[in-house]
Amino acid sequence: MTNTPSDLKYAASHEWLSDDGTVGITDFAQEQLGDVVYVELPEVGRVVEAGETIAVVESVKTASDIYAPASGTVTAVNDALTASPELVNSAPYEGGWLFRLDVTGEGDLMDAGAYTSANG
Amino acid sequence: MTDTPTEPLKRTPLHAAHLRAGARMVPFGGWDMPVQYSGLKAEHDAVRTGAGVFDVSHMGEFRVTGAGALAFLQSVTTNDVSKLRPGRAQYNWLPGVQGGLVDDIYIYMVAEGEYLMVVNAGNIAKDWAHLNAHTAGFDVQLTDESDRWGLMAVQGPKAAELLQPHVNVDLSTKKKNAYFAAKLFGFGVMLARTGYTGEDGFEVFVEASEAEPVWDKLLAIGLTPAGLGARDTLRLEAGFPLYGHEFSDTIHPLSSTYAWVVKDKAHVGREHISLAPAHKLIGLRLERVPVREGYPVKVSGHVVGHVTSGTSSPTLGHPIAMALVEAAHAAADTFDVEVRGKDHPATRMDLPFYKG
Repeated sequence: MTNTPSDLKYAASHEWLSDDGTVGITDFAQEQLGDVVYVELPEVGRVVEAGETIAVVESVKTASDIYAPASGTVTAVNDALTASPELVNSAPYEGGWLFRLDVTGEGDLMDAGAYTSANG
Repeated sequence: MTDTPTEPLKRTPLHAAHLRAGARMVPFGGWDMPVQYSGLKAEHDAVRTGAGVFDVSHMGEFRVTGAGALAFLQSVTTNDVSKLRPGRAQYNWLPGVQGGLVDDIYIYMVAEGEYLMVVNAGNIAKDWAHLNAHTAGFDVQLTDESDRWGLMAVQGPKAAELLQPHVNVDLSTKKKNAYFAAKLFGFGVMLARTGYTGEDGFEVFVEASEAEPVWDKLLAIGLTPAGLGARDTLRLEAGFPLYGHEFSDTIHPLSSTYAWVVKDKAHVGREHISLAPAHKLIGLRLERVPVREGYPVKVSGHVVGHVTSGTSSPTLGHPIAMALVEAAHAAADTFDVEVRGKDHPATRMDLPFYKG
């Protein structure tokens, strides 16, 4: 069973968004990807539309685009992933977060129940 | 948009066993195949440090028999099949009539006038047509036995140790490329000391109907089931070219470092192979960012080639890639690989990246 915290919102493309604008990928997504070996993060200050490609998570086998779950401006990125990309696997909702947005508008997001049903 | 009808994916005799083991299945060369079970890295590491088993039943087997079998094989391949003796196996190429390779293959000599050829899964129909188009003038019969055989690859430094108690043959007497009949868990099989991972190991040919019990027993004696994901990272670390990536109908086969597979003899397509290749296959090391097939490879800002296979090496801990580059630049020590619009430095590494 994968972990889907109830206090987050979820995009169909497997990103999560917290109330403070933090974005990561879900436990389900990291499990599907396998061992993450590299993360390409956006520039701080970048203005992004919901649904736009904003980062890339690479596993041993594939590169996967990450889409912004909300519109806004990037205010921080998780530099710890440069040295330890495996945090995306081991702590997808904590140490493995990707970036933070100053949110101006959310995309089409689901609650934990809807996301779990969609990926059951 | 129109819906294109697609062929249903074929299943190996071990399909049900993969589902039982919780494998993630993917389409591969027309087959529904396991890409991983417990996880790519765990499976990769099991093969490097212990032993794993792969289902390679999707590969094709053709039996070549008749008084003219040797002469036929000599004419359609580049390696010297006359060097084979019964009970020996040889890596070989099927050159094309217009350059490139139809396939890279293994030939197992069963007896005088009898050989078994193992071909890549995605090439079975193409190889069959190519071979049959070249039988004229030879006393030879070809039989497609692809549906008859289950094929498993037991690979890793502990392969022989784990198999020995369950085989009626002294494996220490069987050197690399040996091919022999044996009883494995009481089942009649053919074993070959061959593989595609850079490790010691055996390929197990078993009647399709007996594949599943043999697979189950292999898992029970401690072999880790390994999928296509680990097979690809292992073969890439070992510097083995893969058809469809480093070989194709249009890539000059001598771009790779496998010139020894071409012997001085008359064969189909010889005139193409005698031309110097315009590109060379090289190994690249990157520090952090993995590079994938098709990414441009540059020298001083100019594109001189492209990546043919790339991954993050689980054993070495950094990204590795094979790339086809213009021959004039193949000896350079440093390159850049363009990843999503940005250039990343890469250094040339001799192949193989990893030696078992």
